[in-house]
Amino acid sequence: MKEMMQKLRDAALQAILESEDVDSLEAMRVKYLGKKGELTGILRQMGKLSPDERPQMGQLANQLREEIEETIETRRRALNEAKLELQLLQETVDVTLPGEKHPMGHKHPMYNVLDQIKDIFIGMGFEIVDGPEVELSDYNFTKLNIDEGHPSREWTDTFYFTDDSRICLRTQTSPMQIHAMETRPLPIRMIAPGRVYRKDEVDATHSPMFHQIEGMVIDKGVTMSDLKATLNLVVEKIYGKGTVTRFRPHHFPFTEPSCELDIQCHKCGGKGCPTCKGEGWIEVLGAGMVHPKVLAGCGIDPDVYSGWAFGMGLERLAMGEYKITDLRLIFENDVRFLEQF
Amino acid sequence: MNLSRKWLNEFVDLPLAEYDDRSFAEAMTVSGSKVEVTEDLSAHLKNVVVGRVLSMEHHPDSDHMWVLQLDVGRDAPVQIVTGAWNVHEGDLVPVALDGALLPTGAEIRSGSLRGVRSDGMLCSLKELNLTTHDYAYAAIRAAAILGDYHPLDKNRPSIPASIAAGDKIFGPVLAAEVTRIRPAEAGWELVLDLGAESVKALTPCANLHLCDLVAYDTRQGKVCELSDLHAEQKEFPHCIEDGIFILHEDVRPGDDIAAMIGCDDHVVEFEITPNRPDCLCMIGLAREAAVTFNKELKLHTPVVQAKAGGDINALASVVVEEPTLCRRYTARMVKNVKIAPSPAWMRERIRNAGMRPINNLVDITNYVMMEYGQPMHAFDFSCVKGGEIHVRCARPDETIQTLDGTGRTLTENMLCICDTEKPVGVAGVMGGANSEIVGDTAMVLFESANFDGVSIRRTATALGMRTDASSRYEKGLDPENTYAAVQRACELVELLGCGEVVEGVIDVYPAGRRETVLRLEPEKINALLGTDLDVPTMTAILRRLGFTVEGETVHVPSWRGDVEHYSDLAEEVARFYGYNEIPTRFTGAISTCGGFTPEQLCERRIGEICRGLGLDEIITYSFISPGYYDKINLPADSPLRDSLRILNPLGEDTSIMRTTILPSMLEILTRNYNYRNREARLYEIGRTYHKRPDGLADEPKTVSLGAYGPEMNFFVMKGWVEELLEGLGTAKPRFIREASNPSYHPGRCATVWIGEKCLGVLGQIHPRVMRNYSVDAEFYCAQLSFGALFEAQGGVPVFKPLPKYPAVTRDIAVICDLAVPVGEMEESILAAGGERLIDCAVFDVYTGTHIVQGRKSVAFSLTMRDENQTLTDEHAEEIVANVLKALKEKYGAEMR
Repeated sequence: MKEMMQKLRDAALQAILESEDVDSLEAMRVKYLGKKGELTGILRQMGKLSPDERPQMGQLANQLREEIEETIETRRRALNEAKLELQLLQETVDVTLPGEKHPMGHKHPMYNVLDQIKDIFIGMGFEIVDGPEVELSDYNFTKLNIDEGHPSREWTDTFYFTDDSRICLRTQTSPMQIHAMETRPLPIRMIAPGRVYRKDEVDATHSPMFHQIEGMVIDKGVTMSDLKATLNLVVEKIYGKGTVTRFRPHHFPFTEPSCELDIQCHKCGGKGCPTCKGEGWIEVLGAGMVHPKVLAGCGIDPDVYSGWAFGMGLERLAMGEYKITDLRLIFENDVRFLEQF
Repeated sequence: MNLSRKWLNEFVDLPLAEYDDRSFAEAMTVSGSKVEVTEDLSAHLKNVVVGRVLSMEHHPDSDHMWVLQLDVGRDAPVQIVTGAWNVHEGDLVPVALDGALLPTGAEIRSGSLRGVRSDGMLCSLKELNLTTHDYAYAAIRAAAILGDYHPLDKNRPSIPASIAAGDKIFGPVLAAEVTRIRPAEAGWELVLDLGAESVKALTPCANLHLCDLVAYDTRQGKVCELSDLHAEQKEFPHCIEDGIFILHEDVRPGDDIAAMIGCDDHVVEFEITPNRPDCLCMIGLAREAAVTFNKELKLHTPVVQAKAGGDINALASVVVEEPTLCRRYTARMVKNVKIAPSPAWMRERIRNAGMRPINNLVDITNYVMMEYGQPMHAFDFSCVKGGEIHVRCARPDETIQTLDGTGRTLTENMLCICDTEKPVGVAGVMGGANSEIVGDTAMVLFESANFDGVSIRRTATALGMRTDASSRYEKGLDPENTYAAVQRACELVELLGCGEVVEGVIDVYPAGRRETVLRLEPEKINALLGTDLDVPTMTAILRRLGFTVEGETVHVPSWRGDVEHYSDLAEEVARFYGYNEIPTRFTGAISTCGGFTPEQLCERRIGEICRGLGLDEIITYSFISPGYYDKINLPADSPLRDSLRILNPLGEDTSIMRTTILPSMLEILTRNYNYRNREARLYEIGRTYHKRPDGLADEPKTVSLGAYGPEMNFFVMKGWVEELLEGLGTAKPRFIREASNPSYHPGRCATVWIGEKCLGVLGQIHPRVMRNYSVDAEFYCAQLSFGALFEAQGGVPVFKPLPKYPAVTRDIAVICDLAVPVGEMEESILAAGGERLIDCAVFDVYTGTHIVQGRKSVAFSLTMRDENQTLTDEHAEEIVANVLKALKEKYGAEMR
């Protein structure tokens, strides 16, 4: 009997190791270990053994069963592993082929920059306000301390809808200062981006329609120090940390004192180069303390409240940011342009 | 405004060596006078020196070149070959030596000309960037030299090649040889050999030398020039009024030419803001510079001798008829005027300030304008009828010929300077040709007046002639300045010896001086600036700027019309305390919380969704052409045609405010199509403009989508709209066929509805519209009201528990009339299915084989679920049966 088991073992292990797939392994298991299997057949003959031999043979038979089961399992794992390897090989793709794309659309580059600026001011407690583009000359000029007879009010410079020059297309976002002061509760912290219109023929740097961002703060105790601190922070956010700024006197009818803010040319570090036209500085925005006369004209007591305001051109900012060389591209909307940003 | 640093030194001691361009520009800019650019005039003129012609010989290998030996102040003479014929031994000439740089950009190097070494070049006026206005005496006249004659027809020369002294050329004109030549007062004294005899002759022509054969008119006693011979230029190619600049200056060989012509100067170009016309002159900028650099300002009070005596009031009178347009009119008179070039120093300053010297009198007016900022005018007084100046507005149809030679028709709002009959000048803009200073002018009236800026600007604009004078006047000048300016002009007349000044000044100043007096309120100034400056600091700055401060009272100087409020004083203080010295700190606590409004957030969200769908954002002009309404097929009576019209547009194309955003999108799609871009998918959130009764506009926003390309069709566009609405969390939209929108394809257009509210329209653009745009493709667009989208936007989503029981699906196919809209069938199915029918999706619409013509097969997939138990087959069949029943009743649809 012992020999029979030995034979069975040799035959079974060889057959298992030679089997080529998982199905035949299962057949092996039935053949050798099943209820009607060969090992069972041998064990049936146990009755013929002496009581002494039975336990010994029983133990041997159990060992054999375990060994065969183990071998089947090992073989099964090896076969599965090999099958997976083959599958992986077959499934291998050329990863350099292009991906399947569902391209995102693109925000207009100028609005990219505008959104960046909006986020900066939102972070500083500002609101964004919107107002009319078809505007009363009163708001666009008079209330901003721009008298009748000022050259910017001429029909050669401003678009008008009425013969008496009462209604125009706003030439600046500054009338939003007046709207805000007249209608909003104090204190005010706001920016007002929007379209403005001037009678300029289209060329590489001019357009009859362009965009400005107005900003204004009205509160108690606001000074030129605040103006400088806020705008320095804004400029740092736009142009990066360590940007060197310079404030220099300028003139706007609705702010006094007025200033312009320059940043040191990033290209030449202030030495002077073609980018900054040799000046070493690049003009970024105009600003100033809201003229007390303008405050008073909007019903705000300049002895209690003060404020500062600024205005900047969006096109020029975007053109600088993306090195766009011709303003016309901004309004041309060629998809080959739009998809670059 | 151009400022000569050399001239500036007359008023403020700021030598170039000590204050270089960079530090000067930086300091002036941060104190408020912005420097645009500084030009070193000598940068383009280097190594050009004065040379004296020691000797000259004909070039051995050329019939028109000379070889010169020149003394240029060095140990040895320099040899230079020149083709110029106007040089003579002993002349002083500008010599560009080896390595010289000329304003033309030319660099001069030693070399050889036809085998003869030449160590430089002699310069003409032009090569030094000068004209005869700068050096009138350097004008050149040239005689026709017979040796230079090139006949027009070689076979029939007018002058035989064999011609010799004494031969007749025509009439009284004979050939003559120069046998002696000597410089004279106004030209050269010649001895000419006429064959039989010798004659003496004087000529202004500068191109003659010994042995030259010339044409001599015996009757006029004149050496002939081109015109005397009726000859063309090409017959005498070297007989040209160009040549070397022969110097008649107090200079010596070796002297630097740059210094001689005033190019040893740096010119600073300032951008002066319109509120500071006082800075448009030397004195104004000198004042700013003096305060900026803390230096003394050296001003000078003009002194006039008035040696002619008499009294201007006996000779002339001035009547100001428009005292609001002419606040002051000051005049003085000069007799025995001698017109001549002005001296070198004056020409230099005029040139370096960017103007051209003309003659002493004109130069004086320009000089005073640049020094004092006060435009001046000089009339030939003999041309002023009646000896009266009337400052009045033009009469209807009055005309004048201005100094530039143009005839101009004046209108009644134009201020004019007139005599008793006619205008002799357009006030503040330009003088009239009828009273122009000419060579024989003997009596001159200097006008130094103050005119209303707005009036001058409008006149100048209307006449299309913005002049130096008008551009100053239009900014509003200081009436106090007219007197000093006219005094200075007369002082210069006496200094230059160009006339005798008549005693007395006419000074019409109807309203007199208006002084601005302000209160010095240091606490207010500090409150504006965020500083803590004391009164003495403020006072010191103001005083240095010319303000008078007495206690709390500040008298504003007359030239500072821009200062009228304490905030203006604050700016003055800040400018010189230093904007960049003002502390940079937040003084208040931020007391607002800011943030986007719901509308702004919605707009952002719409943008995000559109980009997620693959659409690119565009920005289009708000104004369009009225013709665009025709292009999009808008009916003639459409209310959308009632646009706000710009009365003074740049052109028809940008003349009305759009009432619909569609043409803007079509314009951009067309442009991309014409650029041969394969596809375009675009969106814009833009405003339209609608008239309001008060004349202003409602300016609602529209979300505009537009696309073309191989993958586009109606359902792609509809899908975008659906995605957009879903992204905004709106209720389920309904799409209703729209066959009457004139811009859209009647069979491929729908309106979008949520509840009873129409959000907008979408579809394929009408082929007729496409024809109008000359595009052979299909455009798909949608226009949705932003306001309606915002209103329809869903709120915060509320969580619904996930289903516990599985869903059951059944597919059904029915046959119905072709015309039945599937959307309506869907609605009916959902209504008939009850609450356990949770979804109905169309998955096939079929016509053709096996389907009767005029009918179609529509297949739906129904999804059913019971929230409380597993749905049984019986229940599912029951729902399907209800659905089929409803479809049959409503549409006559039969199960397929």
